[in-house]
Amino acid sequence: MTNERPTRVLIAKPGLDGHERGAKIVARALRDAGMEVIYTGIRQTPEMIAEAALQEDVDVVGLSILSGAHAELFPRVVAALKERGVVPEEVLFFAGGIIPDEDIPALKELGFREIFRPGASTRDIVEYVRQWAAERASGGEATGKP
Amino acid sequence: MTATAAEAEELVSRLLGGDRRALARALTFVENGDPVGRQALSLLYPKTGRAQIAGITGGSGTGKSTLTGQLAKEYRRRGRSVGVVAVDPSSPFSHGALLGDRIRMQELTADRDVFVRSMATRGELGGLAATTGDVAAVLDAAGKQVVLIETVGAGQDEVEVASAADTTVVVLTPGGGDGVQAMKAGIMEIADVLVINKADLAGVDALAAQLTAITPRDTHVPVIRTVATRNEGTAELADAIDAHRQRLESSGERERVALDRARRQVLAQARLQLLAGLLDSESGRARLDQLVKAVAARELDPYTAAQRLLDSAGGEPASTT
Ligand SMILES: Nc1nc2c(ncn2[C@@H]2O[C@H](COP(=O)(O)OP(=O)(O)OP(=O)(O)O)[C@@H](O)[C@H]2O)c(=O)[nH]1
Ligand SMILES: [Mg+2]
Repeated sequence: MTNERPTRVLIAKPGLDGHERGAKIVARALRDAGMEVIYTGIRQTPEMIAEAALQEDVDVVGLSILSGAHAELFPRVVAALKERGVVPEEVLFFAGGIIPDEDIPALKELGFREIFRPGASTRDIVEYVRQWAAERASGGEATGKP
Repeated sequence: MTATAAEAEELVSRLLGGDRRALARALTFVENGDPVGRQALSLLYPKTGRAQIAGITGGSGTGKSTLTGQLAKEYRRRGRSVGVVAVDPSSPFSHGALLGDRIRMQELTADRDVFVRSMATRGELGGLAATTGDVAAVLDAAGKQVVLIETVGAGQDEVEVASAADTTVVVLTPGGGDGVQAMKAGIMEIADVLVINKADLAGVDALAAQLTAITPRDTHVPVIRTVATRNEGTAELADAIDAHRQRLESSGERERVALDRARRQVLAQARLQLLAGLLDSESGRARLDQLVKAVAARELDPYTAAQRLLDSAGGEPASTT
């Protein structure tokens, strides 16, 4: 029972837009897939998100954005996370929302391992996170602590 | 020194040095029942006992998180550092959980002297109360002067969780038949302070009258009215919590409560470890399945089955890794 500890995920919405439907749907889907999802609500500053990720010791940080402010906000969120020792080498960062093709490379460079655009289904997201968690769990057992 | 002990020691020294990531990690280990968590806890235990622990419990949606957030801010205004443990139920089907209490505690994140941790109820072995107590203990050792534990007061488990606190605050709201519900659930007995939150809504006086009628006159259980969304009544609530703790101290009752709690903790741990020892192995679980089937088929009664389960433990060392 103890070795099968649930994956902990933070779903956060940076920025000023108040559309949280997408984020809530993803949060519920991850919950239904057996994960523990910390949902912090709308209008989160980069510091609030990073603080929540730190205090909750999450395995995964998922950011949702619709306002198009990702180019400005995501680097600040990642900087605030790294400042607190929450780094993409240990924690899965992913993002979802309206993000144009040309911005993807920069986001990947920042440490976001996957970007889900409006075409992606929640099932894709859940499957992706689940896969990542499973790989990490087996990798961790095979190679020991890094 | 084993790798586990070394890891625990390193973690604890970082934690005590004020490293908040180490604190977060320690809480994870403790919550997961990980051996590192257990070791860390035993290193930290001598540093616990200084925090004032208050449980905030009540029905779902009564405003516990909003109130807890306001209370945390009130204690910060009084110059005390605060830890918050917010417990939400796990889904019995998926075992997942949606932990949303932080939504109501947004403003706390800007303050380095507040640490908020969300927790799901998880397992079924009745370990929630123990885990919550341990999580509070780690926050205590990390120097948090006040620890607030939010739980949904719906069942026996939550009542037990509340018992990890020095002071239990039961939150009710007007209008919802809350008073009657609370009496049925047996949470009135554990209340040291009663709160009527959402006192901006109709029916406050009726609920207050109901509460006065059912709380025995010789107890000092105060009834505080709050409007958490407008930060009304929070200072009075903090005063009431502090007064209760003061009363425990001066009457010498705190010692008795501490003994009671320690006894419960030891027994709960013994129970958990006994069970873990019995069920951690393949063969142990197979043995349980076999006995369960026999009981369901009425070939065996539960008492005899339990006895056989316990007897079978001697054959095999309990795994500790
Ligand atoms: N009118 C009114 N609404 C309130 C008050 N306090 C909280 N609320 C609202 O009640 C709702 C629930 O508040 P929460 O703080 O999330 O309640 P909770 O008890 O923590 O809820 P759960 O954790 O889901 O059980 C929110 O919409 C709050 O804004 C109050 O004093 N008056
Ligand atoms: Mg709540």
